[in-house]
Amino acid sequence: MFLVVEQLLNGLQFGLLLFLLAAGLTLVFGIMDFVNLAHGSLYMMGAYFAATFVAWTGNFVLGALMALGATLLLGIALEFVALRHLYGRDHLDQVLATFGLILFFNDAVRLIWGPAGLALPLPAWLTVPVQIIPGVFYPAYRLLIIAVALAVAALLYVVVMRTRVGMLIRAGASNREMIGALGINIKLLFTLVFGLGAALAGLAGLMQAPILTVQIGMGENILILAFVIIVIGGIGSIRGAFLAAIFVGMIDTLGRAFLPDLLRKVLSGAAASTAAPALSSMLIYLLMAIVLVVRPEGLFPAAKR
Amino acid sequence: MTPKLNVSNAVAVVLCAGLLLLPVYSAVSGNIFILTLFTRIVIFALAAASLNLIMGYGGMMSFGHAAYLGIGGYAVGILAAEGTGSGFIQWPVALAVSALFALVIGALSLRTRGVYFIMITLAFAQMAYYVASGLSRYGGDDGLTIYKRSDFAGLINLSNRTQFYYLCLACLFGGLYLIWRIVNSRFGLVVQGVRSNEQRMQAIGFHANRYRLACFVIAGTICGLAGALLANNTDFISPAVMYWTRSGDLMVMVILGGMGSLFGPVMGAIVYLVLEELLSQFTEYWALIMGPLLLLIVLFARGGIMGLLGRISRD
Repeated sequence: MFLVVEQLLNGLQFGLLLFLLAAGLTLVFGIMDFVNLAHGSLYMMGAYFAATFVAWTGNFVLGALMALGATLLLGIALEFVALRHLYGRDHLDQVLATFGLILFFNDAVRLIWGPAGLALPLPAWLTVPVQIIPGVFYPAYRLLIIAVALAVAALLYVVVMRTRVGMLIRAGASNREMIGALGINIKLLFTLVFGLGAALAGLAGLMQAPILTVQIGMGENILILAFVIIVIGGIGSIRGAFLAAIFVGMIDTLGRAFLPDLLRKVLSGAAASTAAPALSSMLIYLLMAIVLVVRPEGLFPAAKR
Repeated sequence: MTPKLNVSNAVAVVLCAGLLLLPVYSAVSGNIFILTLFTRIVIFALAAASLNLIMGYGGMMSFGHAAYLGIGGYAVGILAAEGTGSGFIQWPVALAVSALFALVIGALSLRTRGVYFIMITLAFAQMAYYVASGLSRYGGDDGLTIYKRSDFAGLINLSNRTQFYYLCLACLFGGLYLIWRIVNSRFGLVVQGVRSNEQRMQAIGFHANRYRLACFVIAGTICGLAGALLANNTDFISPAVMYWTRSGDLMVMVILGGMGSLFGPVMGAIVYLVLEELLSQFTEYWALIMGPLLLLIVLFARGGIMGLLGRISRD
């Protein structure tokens, strides 16, 4: 029972983290119609920046904030130098160009920080377990991730649905040419949205960093997950991304936690322990395939352009 | 369609002659390394050419094409591990399994379009990757060593470097010829018609998806052959062959060389892999140069190398 609660929370935490990544991706995709494979690299850079700045300042929160700012700037610089020339191009061109950026970032990180991974130690106040319901303890840091991610999700909702910038973003998602014709500075808006997406990716990376090691290629697996999420949720839909992220986070976490035991009941011990890891890794891809076959536009498609 | 004399075709002819004569150069100069490198290049060129068939001519942007490399390779590897060393069994099985996989995922994926298609093919390839990682009997994550190359009953010796190179080259030329014939056949024209305007093709009575699916299966089968060659070349097969960055490499080769041109993918494979080799001799951080280079190619050289050559010959 306690295990179930713990795993549910883990699933929620992972799902929310995925949402941060997927939100940026779906915004950039929905508004600029831009496929950014390098989104995972921004996630990785967030983690590396955080590990560096935290070690440098000796303060976790300060270091994390600096890392967030650094990823934001990096995202804006990237958009300004290279990516803005790719808007309106074929998706394939974008895939190729940003694939090149992945190669670049991986080797740049290897050059600067070395091939070995970094660790981002947590401050003492975040390592204590918290009693959430009587008898069930949960790491404070993971609770913090849940809280921060929920706050960011709420903030994002307010910004997108209740502010003027958000209105422009939504308008941009439904008809880019039209808002340009109405005199909105689209270039600036796009740069802004890209920076926002980069910062969200960086936030996800730096929050995940203390749980996993900070290493080269950490962004690649999770990038694919983020793509799975926006495809399941419907491209360009933040609400869809949120629901799909929670869903995928839960399925992935619960699958890994409970599938081996479930399989052991059906199959022999050896067969189960062989099949379980592969099956639990496949679970989300299977889910995506099913969703796409049944609803090719995703579960919550954004309004038609 | 008779081939015209222009820069692109001249380059293609020189390319073929160069590939044919490479073992001679290698034997004369004693440079064995170049033969090893080009064996790999020829195999990847075949894989890229098969991807070009669906991507360049069929408009199906598959981001999971490396899956067939793995499937073809695992078919050879698993049969070898189970004691079936004959290539007459291994290779047809490799082709058949690849075709079957392509048929199943194609039938499902072709329900979607555009970016959704890119993503669903990616998802299926990732599934294949995880299945291979879970094959603990056959090495799991660490991969499977193939102790004996496919045996063709004395007809050809795959362990002989030169013979194996020529076998790979024959497969590449055979594959290219097949693709050329397909592209210029009625079937190929329908597939290209569907790429340009699906609704119109539907309206004049073609069952668009059946043509697409057939094309998808053919491409997968050819790539499965490349997988069987690859496994024999490295004497080893591992899930890493199917990882999504591998599919990305194949896409890069196709686009770099020029999508929708017959020799483009061959050119792309040569340039990409030679560049990778040269840069990694020059610096450990070769991707630091390769990455921005790709970006520049996308930004400034549309249509890839063959497109560039085509523009030269028009001027």
